[in-house]
Amino acid sequence: MKKTYQIEVDCANCAAKMEEAAKKVAGVAEATVSFMTQKMKVEFEEGADKDVVMQDILKACKKVESDCEIFL
Amino acid sequence: MTKKQKKMLYRIIAATVLVIIASFLPVKGYAQLAVFLVPYLVIGYDILKKAGLGIWHKQVFDECFLMAIATVGAFALGEYREGTAVMLFYQIGELFQSYAVGKSRKNIADLMDIRPDSANLLVDGEVEEVDPDDVEIGSLILVKPGEKVPIDGIIREGNATLNTSALTGESLPREVGVGDSVISGCVNMSGVLTIETTKEFGDSTVSKILELVENSSMKKSRSENFITRFAKYYTPAVCGLALGVAVVPPVVRILMGNSPFWGQWVIRALTMLVISCPCALVISIPLSFFGGIGGASAKGILVKGSNYLELLSKTKYLVCDKTGTLTKGVFEVTSYHPVEGVSKEELLETAALCECFSNHPISKSLKAAYGKDIDGERLTEVEEIGGHGVTAKIDGVTCAAGNEKLMKKLGVEIISTDEVGTQIHVVKDGTYQGLLMISDAVKPGAKEAIVNLKRNGVNKVIMLTGDSKKAADAVAKELGVDEVRSELLPADKVTIVEALLAQKDKGECLAFVGDGINDAPVLSRADIGIAMGALGSDAAIEAADIVLMDDDPAKIATAMGISRKTLAIVKQNIWFALIVKFACLALGAVGFVNMWWAIFADVGVMVLAVLNATRTLLYKK
Repeated sequence: MKKTYQIEVDCANCAAKMEEAAKKVAGVAEATVSFMTQKMKVEFEEGADKDVVMQDILKACKKVESDCEIFL
Repeated sequence: MTKKQKKMLYRIIAATVLVIIASFLPVKGYAQLAVFLVPYLVIGYDILKKAGLGIWHKQVFDECFLMAIATVGAFALGEYREGTAVMLFYQIGELFQSYAVGKSRKNIADLMDIRPDSANLLVDGEVEEVDPDDVEIGSLILVKPGEKVPIDGIIREGNATLNTSALTGESLPREVGVGDSVISGCVNMSGVLTIETTKEFGDSTVSKILELVENSSMKKSRSENFITRFAKYYTPAVCGLALGVAVVPPVVRILMGNSPFWGQWVIRALTMLVISCPCALVISIPLSFFGGIGGASAKGILVKGSNYLELLSKTKYLVCDKTGTLTKGVFEVTSYHPVEGVSKEELLETAALCECFSNHPISKSLKAAYGKDIDGERLTEVEEIGGHGVTAKIDGVTCAAGNEKLMKKLGVEIISTDEVGTQIHVVKDGTYQGLLMISDAVKPGAKEAIVNLKRNGVNKVIMLTGDSKKAADAVAKELGVDEVRSELLPADKVTIVEALLAQKDKGECLAFVGDGINDAPVLSRADIGIAMGALGSDAAIEAADIVLMDDDPAKIATAMGISRKTLAIVKQNIWFALIVKFACLALGAVGFVNMWWAIFADVGVMVLAVLNATRTLLYKK
């Protein structure tokens, strides 16, 4: 299942770091962040609970870029 | 400006005033440190906090860390004013960047914004303004003059002229009336329409296009991936280098018995840290591609990803379908050759009447050329012979219309011509009446498009067609196509494209252009699949990598032009940023570049790169 989320991030490098971090979260099959459209697209693994996974993604992203926001 | 940016602006103004005051205060030593610490903290507290958090989260090498180390280092060396100024200029640069990027992002987004804000839902004769998302299939909606059609549907009431320019980039007005289907995104220029919706908003053309373009920046180009990877190694490398500059020369000097000059070398190292920030590179590349994609979509060219825009600029082989791509795909009667004693009109009438029950494209073109209503009652004993033609009785007289084979079968002597096209011979009451030529007309602008493609770097244009060799060669000659393969079956096209793919050099690209309806396998097999005339055809939008909303072949050249311009700008930015950075780094290491230049190398380069990137939007023609 795929879902797109609105995000807020200030710099392009930070967006790249968020993408990297999100990809490593358990339950995420694929994640892409577009700095330009300020969107994050997440493809969840089969059977993953997307709410739980998104909380983990948010935590992981905050870790690499404390200023970012994901609007769940 | 956003709230965040405004807050930053106030902080910058406050810090600037405080720095000026501090510079004029006659204080020394710790008192001076104290008066400079105030503006420093006003402007830099968030950077220090982020740097601290970064270290806490084991994310050391970000720009906040670089700035924090550089400015704290400057303070430690007693360079209070420089330390504060560096932080101040860094923040000014960041503000400018976020403003410039935000602005160009918005410009591009506006360009692509064809999203309708609301729909006028008709409920029991009353108009109700609702979110397009809430309109169910089969609802009636009202579209007034000047409004966008919000959802795909069929007209139930009213006539109007629609403008498709938001979708195709060309303002070609289209007349529509009751029973016609309309596509969302068109603008109603006149007349009130009542439309019965046939799709949900999410499945309508507008939503599909928006989704496609918005997702395009998710598919990253190779240049972008390269820079992201580069930045990952570059920042730690520069930090290591700076550490080396700070430590090695003084230690060497000590070993050689000289005084170490610690302060000087540490300042040089700090300068290098300021220069090193990779943001100019990381920001300008996606922004360039985004601008290119935005500019293209405003011209009715949808590019599904930055990677395709990048590949398009490397296209050396362009393989295209003939019918519907270079030619109109509509057969027209192009000439008449009646025998003596028979008029042109009679010849056409007989042919049109004979063929009037057939749905073959040739029959349709005969009927279109005849133009008058046909009274089917005049016909009896109509017989369609597949691959030959039709025989019938018109007003009781035996007639026939068809190709050479049919004439041979009937034992009729025929005349022939050298003209290219399909020949339709006509026989009435056993005597030969003459022949009509039917052929597919070349699209206006197709020839110019091929010239422009060659100018944009395409080495070879190859035309594939299922049509006869004679017809294909004639079109190829007229258009200046390099190579023709004719009389192909659909499967042959895939084989030929695969052979060409195996033949070409690495780094060269092969693009295939087709109408997207029967070409799906070839479209997906080629490096880049370009579908034409896709307006309203979901299948074509699905199968291709680049979608031309209308069917003008000139758009292929436009798309390539945009792609090449975007790539040129990307390259300029990469080289410009790298050269300035490395030059400043080298000069910084030997002490020729001070903090002020360092700030320019960081912020100035980035701003210039961003401004350069926005040029991608400005492609003309």
